[in-house]
Amino acid sequence: MSRFTDIYTTLFKISVAIMLQYRAVLIIWLIGLVLQPIIYLVVWLTVAETQGGQVGDFDKGGLAAYFIVLMIVNHATFDWHMYEMGYRVRTGAFSPLLLQPLHPIHRDIIENVAYKFITLSVMLPAVFLLIWLFEPTFGAPMWAVAAFVPALLLAFLVRFFVEWSLALLAFWITDTSGLNQMYAVASIFLMGQMAPLSLMPQWVQFAAGVLPFRWMVAFPVELLLGRLSPEQVVDGFLMQALWLGLGLAGLALTWNRAARRYSAVGA
Amino acid sequence: MSDTVAIRLDNLCKTYRVPIREPGLVAALKSIVHRQHREVEAVKQISFEVASGEIVGFLGPNGAGKTTALKMLSGLLNPTAGEVRVLGYEPFRRDRDFLRQITLVMGNRNQLVWDIPVSDSFERNRAIYRLGQGEFNRTVDGLTDLLDLGDLLDKPVRNLSLGERMKCEIAAALLHRPKILFLDEPTIGLDVTMQRRVRRFLAEYNKRYQATVLLTSHYMKDVEALCDRVVVIHHGQLLFDGNLARLVARFSPHKTIALDLEQEGMDLSAYGEVVSTDGSRVTLLVPKEETAKITGQLLADLPVIDLTVEEPSIEEVIEQVFAQEVA
Repeated sequence: MSRFTDIYTTLFKISVAIMLQYRAVLIIWLIGLVLQPIIYLVVWLTVAETQGGQVGDFDKGGLAAYFIVLMIVNHATFDWHMYEMGYRVRTGAFSPLLLQPLHPIHRDIIENVAYKFITLSVMLPAVFLLIWLFEPTFGAPMWAVAAFVPALLLAFLVRFFVEWSLALLAFWITDTSGLNQMYAVASIFLMGQMAPLSLMPQWVQFAAGVLPFRWMVAFPVELLLGRLSPEQVVDGFLMQALWLGLGLAGLALTWNRAARRYSAVGA
Repeated sequence: MSDTVAIRLDNLCKTYRVPIREPGLVAALKSIVHRQHREVEAVKQISFEVASGEIVGFLGPNGAGKTTALKMLSGLLNPTAGEVRVLGYEPFRRDRDFLRQITLVMGNRNQLVWDIPVSDSFERNRAIYRLGQGEFNRTVDGLTDLLDLGDLLDKPVRNLSLGERMKCEIAAALLHRPKILFLDEPTIGLDVTMQRRVRRFLAEYNKRYQATVLLTSHYMKDVEALCDRVVVIHHGQLLFDGNLARLVARFSPHKTIALDLEQEGMDLSAYGEVVSTDGSRVTLLVPKEETAKITGQLLADLPVIDLTVEEPSIEEVIEQVFAQEVA
């Protein structure tokens, strides 16, 4: 364990140092993470306005609360390495990573956490600003707030491992941008990013629950908003554990096969 | 130099499936439906062994299969057939203990992080390779001395010149004191002084740590300075494995005699193959065993002002090797 402590702390410090040099990249992702929920919130608030201040079981305060919490959860769970994987395989950028006695996934996890750590300094003020602007209503019981922390952590792990495993398709498919786009579009609907899942048609809710999407984002959001019963929360944790298991299994199965297909091009 | 075998290749093969695409729009559309492939045999049944502590030169023209072989030896590529063992490990299993004992330096690829000081990149490697702080500091000091890194360690890599960067890359690759060094064109792009320094360093490192080195290079000076033994590869196949001097003897059974004559336009084709004639300066190619005899004849028969007998350069020898194989 001490080996990983040393690796994680050292690489974390260095990742932070590197990322502070690449401020433009930080900002690009951040803009998406902050703007997207704001845009959808404004749209849904406008819809609510035309319907007497209510959309489904969300009033305006509820909608504001949903999208602000969504922004936080999305930021905490998001990862970008799926988009990098194709590049790494095509250009041989994987080679130095494969030569070192450390599974590349560790570096990506550390980079991810370093990113969240740095961008928190922008996210937090953004959250406070949005709370001030849109007047959300929060009414969750204390147990839900407490349960939110492990739910968020599990959501991050599920999303990271599932997406990293999917990203390994880059070893088989040269151009993964099409697949990545499909995944991004599916995420917007099925993770509850465009709208709360309860406002979506039944089949979308079903798909989101059967696939890992709901457990990656929507579940912790609904939990913190106090919209779930204790039984639903327990079910949710079980689904998260299941998908985490599937994600890790998928990773274990695909990684060796993927590495075997690597053709180390580009010198 | 011990007798243990550090590296063993046994009928090692690597075949790539490369997609073929004709130029043009119609072909591009066709390729969506029907992908055509071509098999490229990059490495064909190569076998040789390297003993612990040996420095072996790996020669061959571009596209010969050297880099592919190195990548299989370092675990980056999966062999198609045959066996490869490095320190008893199968490289492509990428055992952690295996990776901690090897290094692959590719001359044109960076492992150092561009925007942060070199010492930060070193620190990263320290953590990844599980090096104790004391041992690590001693290694860095040693490498700083040998490679004259001086104040480079505090500079971001982007601020270094190519030569300085290469020195730091080599140092970074050796922080974990690997027993096996795979060096792919390590002196490419470096000036003459830097090349010499790197060569001296590698020789010193090999002596100090009994490291086994497999080195590819287009610079014959690298090979001549460091390698007692060379392995020549062309079209994926092993052409020669042995002493560098023997390579020269086997593939270049000629010597060159350059003559400065008092007269111009003399025909010397009776003495040997006339390589060039430049006014009164003639260059002849003669069989090695007959050099003394022919030299004597030339001096006796002709008005010679000056005469020099030259060994062919290693480059010429290698060209001969490849030319013979192609023929």
